[in-house]
Order: sequence, then structure tokens, then C-alpha cells
Amino acid sequence: MEVTTKSMPYEAFKDNEYIEKLVEELRANGTNIIVGSLDKLINWGRSNSLWPLTFATSCCGIEFVSLGAARFDMARFGWEVARASPRQADFMMVAGTIVNRMVPVFRRLYDQLAEPKYVIACGSCAISGGPFRKSYHVAKGIEDIVPVDVFVPGCPPRPEAMIYGIMQLSRKIKVEKFFGGVNRQEKQEEFLKQHPISDVD
Amino acid sequence: MASLKEIISELQPSATFEEVDGILTVTVDDAYWHDLAYALRHDERLSMDFLVTIIGVDHVTSLGCVYELMSTEHNSKVSVQVSTTDRTNPMLHSVADLWAVATLFEREVYDFFGIIFINNPDMRRLFLSVDWKGYPLRKDYDESPELNPVSTDNERICDTTDRWVEKDGQIVKETVEVFKPGDFVVNIGPQHPATHGVLRFRTALDGEEIKKIDVYMGYIHRGVEKLCETQMYPQTLHYMDRLDYFSGQNYHHGLCILYERAAGIEISRRAQVIRVMMDELSRIASHCLFIGTYCMDLGATTMLFYTLRVREQILDIMEKTCGARMTFNYSCIGGVMQDLAPDFVQDVKALLAVLPANIKEYNKIFTGNIIAKNRMEGVGKLTREDAISYSITGPSGRASGWACDIRKWQPYSIYNELEFDEIIAHEGDSMARFKVRMAEMEQSARILEQLVDNIPEGEYCVKVPKMLKLPKGSWWQLVEGCRGACGFYLESDGGAKPYRLKIAPPCLPLAGVVDHITSGLKIADLITVGGSLDYIVPDMDR
Amino acid sequence: MQDFAVITNWIHDFLISTLGLPTWLTVTIECVAIGIGLLLLYALLALFYIYFERKLCAAFQCRLGPNRVGPWGLLQSFADMFKILIKELIELKNIDKFLFALAPYLVIIASMLAFAVLPWGNGLQIIDFNIGIFFLIAVSSIGVLGILLAGWSSNNKFTLIGALRSGSQMVSYELSIGLSVLTMVCLAGSMSVGDIVAEQNRMWFIFSGHLPAIIAFIIYMIAGTAETNRGPFDLPEAESELTAGYHTEYSGIHFGFFYLAEYLNLFIVSGVAALLFFGGWMPLHFPGWDTFNHIMDYIPGVIWFLGKAFVLSAIIIWFKWTFPRLRIDQMLNLEWKYLLPINLVNLVLMACIIIFDWKI
Repeated sequence: MEVTTKSMPYEAFKDNEYIEKLVEELRANGTNIIVGSLDKLINWGRSNSLWPLTFATSCCGIEFVSLGAARFDMARFGWEVARASPRQADFMMVAGTIVNRMVPVFRRLYDQLAEPKYVIACGSCAISGGPFRKSYHVAKGIEDIVPVDVFVPGCPPRPEAMIYGIMQLSRKIKVEKFFGGVNRQEKQEEFLKQHPISDVD
Repeated sequence: MASLKEIISELQPSATFEEVDGILTVTVDDAYWHDLAYALRHDERLSMDFLVTIIGVDHVTSLGCVYELMSTEHNSKVSVQVSTTDRTNPMLHSVADLWAVATLFEREVYDFFGIIFINNPDMRRLFLSVDWKGYPLRKDYDESPELNPVSTDNERICDTTDRWVEKDGQIVKETVEVFKPGDFVVNIGPQHPATHGVLRFRTALDGEEIKKIDVYMGYIHRGVEKLCETQMYPQTLHYMDRLDYFSGQNYHHGLCILYERAAGIEISRRAQVIRVMMDELSRIASHCLFIGTYCMDLGATTMLFYTLRVREQILDIMEKTCGARMTFNYSCIGGVMQDLAPDFVQDVKALLAVLPANIKEYNKIFTGNIIAKNRMEGVGKLTREDAISYSITGPSGRASGWACDIRKWQPYSIYNELEFDEIIAHEGDSMARFKVRMAEMEQSARILEQLVDNIPEGEYCVKVPKMLKLPKGSWWQLVEGCRGACGFYLESDGGAKPYRLKIAPPCLPLAGVVDHITSGLKIADLITVGGSLDYIVPDMDR
Repeated sequence: MQDFAVITNWIHDFLISTLGLPTWLTVTIECVAIGIGLLLLYALLALFYIYFERKLCAAFQCRLGPNRVGPWGLLQSFADMFKILIKELIELKNIDKFLFALAPYLVIIASMLAFAVLPWGNGLQIIDFNIGIFFLIAVSSIGVLGILLAGWSSNNKFTLIGALRSGSQMVSYELSIGLSVLTMVCLAGSMSVGDIVAEQNRMWFIFSGHLPAIIAFIIYMIAGTAETNRGPFDLPEAESELTAGYHTEYSGIHFGFFYLAEYLNLFIVSGVAALLFFGGWMPLHFPGWDTFNHIMDYIPGVIWFLGKAFVLSAIIIWFKWTFPRLRIDQMLNLEWKYLLPINLVNLVLMACIIIFDWKI
């Protein structure tokens, strides 16, 4: 099984060990044919229709704007439907530093996203605090606050890197299981507590 | 005409004087400070109407403030030092009644140093939340994360503000409600598409009409000033890219000039020309993005794509030379990091060739549009007096008729040799602010045209010791960022790290004026006004 | 001209005579079939419209638009639909649960009902009765009820402001729509959709109605854009002001309904414009040009109707991506101070034309 996305060759994604492991697991367990193909259909829909939440705190947000513009045009992948209301968005590109005062707001925004929801930590500030890590008023990475699916390093990451990051997210969704998987809302809270890192899906 | 020193000593005999970095510095006791301030503001011979910033400084034995004042009429400047030795309950007198912007600046000082300003109408914390323990910029601040943990609990909303008022010689603490009971308060931000980042307006509405706006900042307060105190001089530079991320080059330039002046380093002309060219390129890129996002806020999304086209072209030029699209870290102490890319001249010429046609196109699509005119004309009027009193510099200030371009007013680098017009409009409304920026792009292009063929040969960076130590003293430098005058204040104790580095950003006053110019307008106008002021939230929060 | 009535009559006859079913059963079967057909058409049309707008605005903005999912990105909106169908419906506290759930259905029902009277082709109309156009105006106003309820029941200040804006906007612009439709009804002399189309057999109303028809068309397009809450009149969901306006709190398929209804309303508005001004499914005819008219008749009516509707929608989409948004007071000024008086005068003009028989 090859997890590709958006007509990109599989070779372009070979380096993602995490997804390879998931695929192994899926292959070993095997699935019911009907449930399996339904899963496939749902995952096809989900992975191809990722609507971002317009959320930006600093520099990375401007690169996110560039990502939407004509040169990088994320509309090609169908990601341009940026929703201002978290209820209607699918993933959150955490573009910029999250400071102490923003943490509750950020967490609330995450909670307001409708399932299935994904988080991309974009830029070194969101990943670890980046150049501001030593500051008294900066959260040292967002993975203590919300589960993160994809990390995109850079300060700020180039739009190409962001595209690559969202594509990795899209691949990750492709190996998700809708029926009996772990991406159900009632399990998320306890799951969040046990695994504060990205393997929520 | 009597010198500044004589006039001030005549008005306030107790004041002491010294000359620091070419600026007359007056030291005065707090008891006489308000009287002196009143004289400075209203005396005909002084009329210091522009309060650039208030810098809080912790001298361990005392806590004090440095007021940077300028006169738009006499083109003179003075800085005043006031301090108190009481560390547990420090109090100074407020000047909020003389300069409108002082309310905000004093709140900032209170937030960082805990100095209470008597008679300031609003003494809440500015950047940090109500429950924050300690005053971070004090030298004895306890940074341990246990004291102020990262918490996902909702922030406590405090709708009352304390104020300390002087009544019959006694200082009394009062508590005042921010909003009236029964106000319909809508929370706009911190996560809102129109606030250009994480700014928060608590807006009291009457139907669609705005009654009062209470601005909350600090949702991206990253403590840059404190961080700078822990870094070596060359290391502090890279934070400048991340404040106003559109004026990264300009801020770098400013701080480098400051350090070079302090260290007595002469830089080559080539480096100066390169820096100025980079400044102007970023100005064009920044105004391009402003036009795009502003139109998008008003609902005309397509403009954003047209303006970003030019911006991408500029970013390409920058990328070839600096190696990054946004955070360049290009100017360094002694010159610039690396030499220009071989294609630089050619690329800039290509940009200059397409720019006029693009500006024409923007005007065609948007400026003449009847809806755009109705939305912008006469909305958010700011008079010249208010602009000065609120310290609104940059294109927004010039749209109100105030000639506040630092490049003309106090030329730095090679700006006095260059030919360009200072764009000034007198309407003071959103349309004027929009048009001033549009015209400034043309002027920046003019500067580039003069320089592009005259980049002198020479070294791009002079030798500077890696471990740069600056002599004891303090320095002050103003530069023109893309959004207004940005001030840098450095106090050095002779070491390799700044003792106190204050960045006085242009965007903080811009946020402070929003309430003043939006009262009585509609919610939709808040977006128009906010957009036309063009504040960058990480810049105001630092 | 192809007449679809032949096919529908044949189906009816087949059910009654050949199969010998009683009339009530026949009618039930036919209704169910139409209902299913309508639902399918509705979904497909909405998905096409979403794709259409995304591609079109990409073209305005020098971009490519969706091109990765399926050939030329054609499956993009299908992927969106699958996702939105299984997206979580968030349960909110402290809201009016019944009204909150009801609102999206009201909106979608309103636009579905309007489909009943659109002239898809010759004889291809679900119901053709003598007050067709009146029915259309009546049912399309149900939508505003849904929007008001959505804003009110969400217990959120943004949605409330959005809903109130929407209410005042709809109530005002309904007048303009009504009056410009009335102008054309005067010209046609009938409220029946079939008759209006038949009247344009000789020439489309936009050509035969002189100046008043053109004025009515312009006003109709402006008011129609306002009715569908699209830019520059998208105040109820003004993204930069009210996050997402009245549907801020809706998620999953409930939001999907609002999203679909927006595009369907766009189709209905342009469909009605096509009906009133461009002859519905009627091919382009000019009196005297018999050969030309005959050639035009070879193009099926369905294509004529859809083509006209798509072109008119493209104009409305063009508005949206070009113009900045109006402010609430400017929007009301435009309606009450300009459009309404012009419309009234226009109606009188049209009446004169009909009385003195100046029709071309």
C-alpha cells in the first residue's frame, strides 16, 4: 500500500517513517472489505478537503498569506477555503508564537474545532518557542497544549515547506480508520491526557 | 534666542542638566516633574508637543523613567529623567493630561516596572494578564516558570481599573468601571480575521454604532526587551526582524546605527547605500501588503493577489541577497552580512520598470471605486493636533498633515543626499492614509532609481570585534520604519550585553488611537480605520 | 423545438394505462421520482457551482484554482461534500436547540421550493401554475427566516448582529426584487412562468422591453446579489467583521446547508433573471430572421436555460471578487434612496409602454 496524495509520486514522501509504520500496522490487522472501502471513501474526502482556520499570530502568518497568493496558490489542493469560524475548519495552522496570555485562547480555539481536527505546528516558535524560548512570556512549543499532527520547521517556513507539511497531513489522514479508530471525539480527551503528542489519529 | 537649557532652568531651577549623545538631558525630581512637563508642553518657546516614548529603567537603587520629547515647531529635542528610590511602592506623577499617548506609555512602564503613575486614568497592566506576578523588566524579576505557569485556564477578565488620584495632598486609590452597566460588549479578537494578528478589542456597541473600545494587547508579547538584556550586542539584532516583520530591514538599520554610533564605528558608503536600498525595497513590499490586506478587509479580495505579485518580486530580490524571504538578519554591526547578489541591480531595475504600471492598476481597480470611496472618505478622521498628541507617526501621521518623516526630519545614513518628497495629506481620514502609502511607494521607487546605478565599490562590512563591548552611557536613535518612527534607546553599563534596550515601536500609539477615532462610527468602520492605521501586533507587543 | 412534455406525458400514460395503476398511486410515484430527481439535481448543481466559483475567482486572481483532485480538480467539491457530511455536529450549551437545528433546513427548503417553478426546458417544469413567479418570490423569502433564526438561536453576539443585518437587508431588497419582477410581469401580462417564456418567443424581453426592461434588469441584478448575501452585499457574513456572520456557530452538514443554499440561491437568482429578461429556456429569436431562429431552435432549451443562468451567475461572482463591501447604512441608502424610487418610476414607464403599445 502506498500512501500518496494529490498525484505526487510516492518517492517524494518516502522519508516519513511514522506513516510507513501506520501502513505496516494496517496491513497486519487487515480490514473488512465493506468497512475498508467506506473508510477509503471517507478518507479520500477528508484528505482532499482540508479547510484551514485563519489563525496567525506573527511572521509565519504572512507566509501563510503568501501561500494563498497566486504564486504558491494553495487553492490547487483545495485548501483555500479558509474559514474564520473554528467550527467549520478542519485544521489549524499554528503560524507564529504562542505566548502565555494566548494559550487559553489557543486551547479554546482548538476545542472549538469540529472533529476530525488536526494541528500543524508551523515555524520554530510553535514547535519549541524558537528564538523566544528563553522569554518569560512564551509557551515552549504547542505540543504541551494541543496534540500536534505535523511539524513544519523554519523561521518562518517557506510556503513550499508549508505545502509539504499540509500534504503530509493529508497522507496521514489517508491511513486513518473512521470505523473503530481512535479519532472519535469521546476518546480524545483521555487520549490527550495519555499521549500529549501527535499520535491522536 | 535663549538656549533650551536656559529656558528650562529658568522655568524649573531645581533641574540638573547634562549632554548625553547630543541630546540635552534634564533630571528633575518627581515633585516638580508635572510642573516642568506642563511648561515643556505649553511654553511658547519650547512647545514640546511630541512625546516619542517613555522609557522605564531599573537602576537597581532607583526606578526611573526617561521621557523623550520633541518639538514639531522648533525641531528641538530634550529628554527628561525622573526617578524614585522607593522600590516597593514606586510612584511618579502622570503626564497623561498633557500628551494623550502617555496613558498608554505609562501603562507599559507600569506593566514592566511596577511604577504607579499618579493621576493616570487607567492603571491596568498592558501586555501581561491581570494575575501576572512580578514586573519582568526589573533586574530582580523572578523568571521561574512556577510563579507564572503556562496555563490553559481562561484569563480573568477584569472590567475595573485602578487609578491613583491626588486629593488634597493625599494619594487615594480609586476603582473605576471600564464599561457602563448595560453596555453591549462585543469581543473582537484576539482571534479575528480583521485584527491583523492577535489584538483584542472589547467593543461596546449601540446597535451597529461603536460607543467605546477597550484595547487589550499582549497576546503576542514575547518579551523581546528582556531577552535582549541576556544577549550579546550582535545577537540582539535578529529580534528586530520579528517585531514589525515588514520593516525588518529598517529596524535592523536603526539598531545598527545606534550600536555603531556607540562603538564609534564608521561604515563604508557601499554598506550605507545597500542598507538604504533594502529599507526602501521593504517599504514598497510592506505598503504592497498593506494595500492588499486592507482591500481584503474591506471585501475586495482580489486586490491582495495583485499586490502580492509585486511583493513576491521584491522578496525574490531580497532572497537572492539575504537568503531569506522574511527574516533577513541582513544589516549587521559594521555593515551588512554579505555582499549584494550579482543580479541585484538588474532585478531592482526590472522591479522599477513594472512598479508604475502596477500602481496604476491598483488605483484603477480600487481607489476610484465608488464603494471604496464611500467606505473610506471621511471615516476615522484624525486631526494634526491629535496625531501629534497621540504620537501617530509614519504614513498615518503624514495623512493628518504632520510632516513626521524621520528621513527628512532627522536624516540618518545617506537620506539627506537623496531627492524624494515627503508625502503629506491633510484630510486625516482613512482614504488619506491609503493614498499616502500609495504615493510613498512611488517615492521609494524614486530613491531606488537614484541609487541603483550608483552603488559605490568598497567593502560591505568593516572589521568589528566579535565580542563587542560598548562604553558606558546611553544612546537614542530614531529611524523611519514602514509604519512610522521607530526609536531605539540603549543604556550600556560597559559590558557586552545591553543593560537596557528599549524599542519604541510606531504601532503601539496606533493601537492607542483606535478608541479615539472610532467612537460614533459603525462596526464596519472599525475595520476600515484599523486597517488604514496598519498596525502590526507583534510590533506593538514586542 | 424539442418538447419534453411528450416524455413526461408518456411516462404518465405508461403508469396509468399500461401498468393500470390508480391515479393516486401514479401521482405519488411521480412526486417521489421528481423529489429524488430534484434532490440529486440540487446537490449536483450546488457542487458544480462551488467548483465554478472557485475556478472563476482563481482566474480573476491569476491563479489556477483547484486542479489536483480528479481531472482539472473537478472532484474537489465532491471531496468537500464527503468531508462535510461526516464532520462533527457540535452541540452547544445555552442555545435554543430546536430553532438552532431548524434554521438550516428552513434555508435549504426555501431554495428547494423555488426550484419547482424554474423553466428548465420546454415542458420541463415541475409545476406551472398561474401565479408561478409570485410563488417564487414568496418562498424565497422563507430563507431569511432561517437566517434570522440561525443568528438568534446561536446565542452569540456576532451571529446576532449578522442575523439582524441580514433581516434588514432582505426586507429592503425584497422590495426591489418585487418591483422589478412586477415591471416584467406587466410586460408579459402574466404571472405564469410558462406564459412569460412563451411571450418571449418572438424576442427576449431585454430587447423588446425598451429602456425599462434594461433598468429593471440592472436593478434586479443588484437586488438579487443582495438577496443572496453575496459580495458586495455580504454584510451578514462579513468575514472581516463578524467572523462568519450568522452561521459562525454551525458546523458539519448544518453549515454545509448554508454553504449549499448560498450557491443555490445564486443559481435561482440568475435563473429568474434568465427567465424574466432572457426568455428562460427560449432560444435567441429575432423577428424576421427566420433561418437564424430556426438554427437556434436546434440547441435544446435546457442548455439555453442553464447557459444563461451560468453566465448571469458569473457576473454576480465577478461583482463579489471585485468590489469592496458596503457598510450597513450605505446599503440601506442605496435601496431606499436610489433603487426604490428608480424602480417606481420605471414601473410607470413600463405601464406607459404597454398602454401606448410601444413594444417592439
